Amino acid sequence: MIEYQSILNDIYAGLTEITKGRFDINEQSQLIEQLNLDSLQIMGLILDIEDHFDISIPVNVLKDVKTVKDLVIQIEKLSRDEG
Amino acid sequence: MFNKFKTMAANRHELDVLGINPFNIQVEKIISPTVGIINGKHTILAGTNNYLGLTFDPDCIAAASIALENEGTGTTGSRMANGSYSGHRNLEIEIAEFYGKRDSIVFSTGYLANLGMLSTLAGPDDMVLLDGDCHASIYDGCRLGGTKTMRFRHNDIDNLAKRMERLGDRAEKTLIVVEGLYSMLGDVALLKEIVEVKREYGGYLLVDEAHSLGILGEKGCGLSEELNVMDDVDFIVGTFSKSLGGAGGFCVSNHEELDLIRYSSRPYVFTASPSPATIATTRQALKKLSSGTHLRKRLHDNAIRLHTGLKELGYTLGAAPSPVIAVVLDSKLEALQFWNDLLELGIYVNLMMPPATPNGAFLVRCSVSAAHTTEQIDMICAAFSKLRVTA
Repeated sequence: MIEYQSILNDIYAGLTEITKGRFDINEQSQLIEQLNLDSLQIMGLILDIEDHFDISIPVNVLKDVKTVKDLVIQIEKLSRDEG
Repeated sequence: MFNKFKTMAANRHELDVLGINPFNIQVEKIISPTVGIINGKHTILAGTNNYLGLTFDPDCIAAASIALENEGTGTTGSRMANGSYSGHRNLEIEIAEFYGKRDSIVFSTGYLANLGMLSTLAGPDDMVLLDGDCHASIYDGCRLGGTKTMRFRHNDIDNLAKRMERLGDRAEKTLIVVEGLYSMLGDVALLKEIVEVKREYGGYLLVDEAHSLGILGEKGCGLSEELNVMDDVDFIVGTFSKSLGGAGGFCVSNHEELDLIRYSSRPYVFTASPSPATIATTRQALKKLSSGTHLRKRLHDNAIRLHTGLKELGYTLGAAPSPVIAVVLDSKLEALQFWNDLLELGIYVNLMMPPATPNGAFLVRCSVSAAHTTEQIDMICAAFSKLRVTA
């Protein structure tokens, strides 16, 4: 299982790259409403996360993911299930 | 309830301010498979998916006329109720024979074929692993069925294999979904390699041949036929709305259980069946398609001519020559202006923008038809040339 903080740091790095540093990103940042990610960018981010953490993230779980924290929690849960 | 449309409203307003709206085009009069009147002007249609140009075929039109006279304007019913006429079942048999498969199901549209198959085939205990560039209808079908859906990077075989390996025992209940010809860039699936992954890890394979039907393979069955892997493809889904020049969709398979899907598929059960005229014209078009080697040759010759012409002009193109030719542009504004300038020059193409496009690309997409004359292809090139000079 991957540690929450480790996941969070990696997600921050990934989102900073996608958003080109335009936003101050924290756990409560909303991926779509605040960071302006479109569906394609989110899908690309998920693919990168899957490869980075060697986990599978069903697209279905994304409907419950609104914030950075939601995303980290899902990754943590999936890594626990697959670990 | 309407607040969720604010972003779309803002995007629409932006287009109104520019005076360019590629999503509101009306073909005021359709003259042929390749010419229509748009904004009062004769326009070459180079964005129609009318790959074989069969929409004005006299035999197809005659078949539809006879069906209209004899069977009326519509079935007014679902296939499960009063909406199955002999033509519907005959078309299913003919599609199965065309593919050399056991049976097929005809759906009311190509979108419903994917919705119907994916929502029914793969349930909450199954997995779907789909190519990232798959069509919206495939994503929607997965969502409707509630199956666990994962993506692999477009045409990345290592990525697909890694995901299948990660699934372990679950790979046996996994449906891999790809397309024959991808409609954004015009590239084809690495289907032979995908079949090898399926053979290694198990599972099932569905290929959506919507854009490759009529174009690839000796008989025009699509990429599965072209690459001689038909026996390894569990389900082939297709549409009548491109090479067949009509409206409707199908799934063909050797699995005995295909007929059970018919009774369980909500997009099949809860909608009206295709009209008798649609069925009749599709049956006729299928005959033309399967014997249409000359049409495919003309289509490919046209595609190579246009691809070569655009490449020589220095445009960045999406893929190797195919009937789908995407020209990659740098920005939204450039793409909008370029598309509009082409239309002003009498050439209609499709404008494709994120999030509908791979890698966030801005594309003007040409779809070539066997019905395009050499002169029309050259006129398309001339228009692109003019815009290259003024860029």
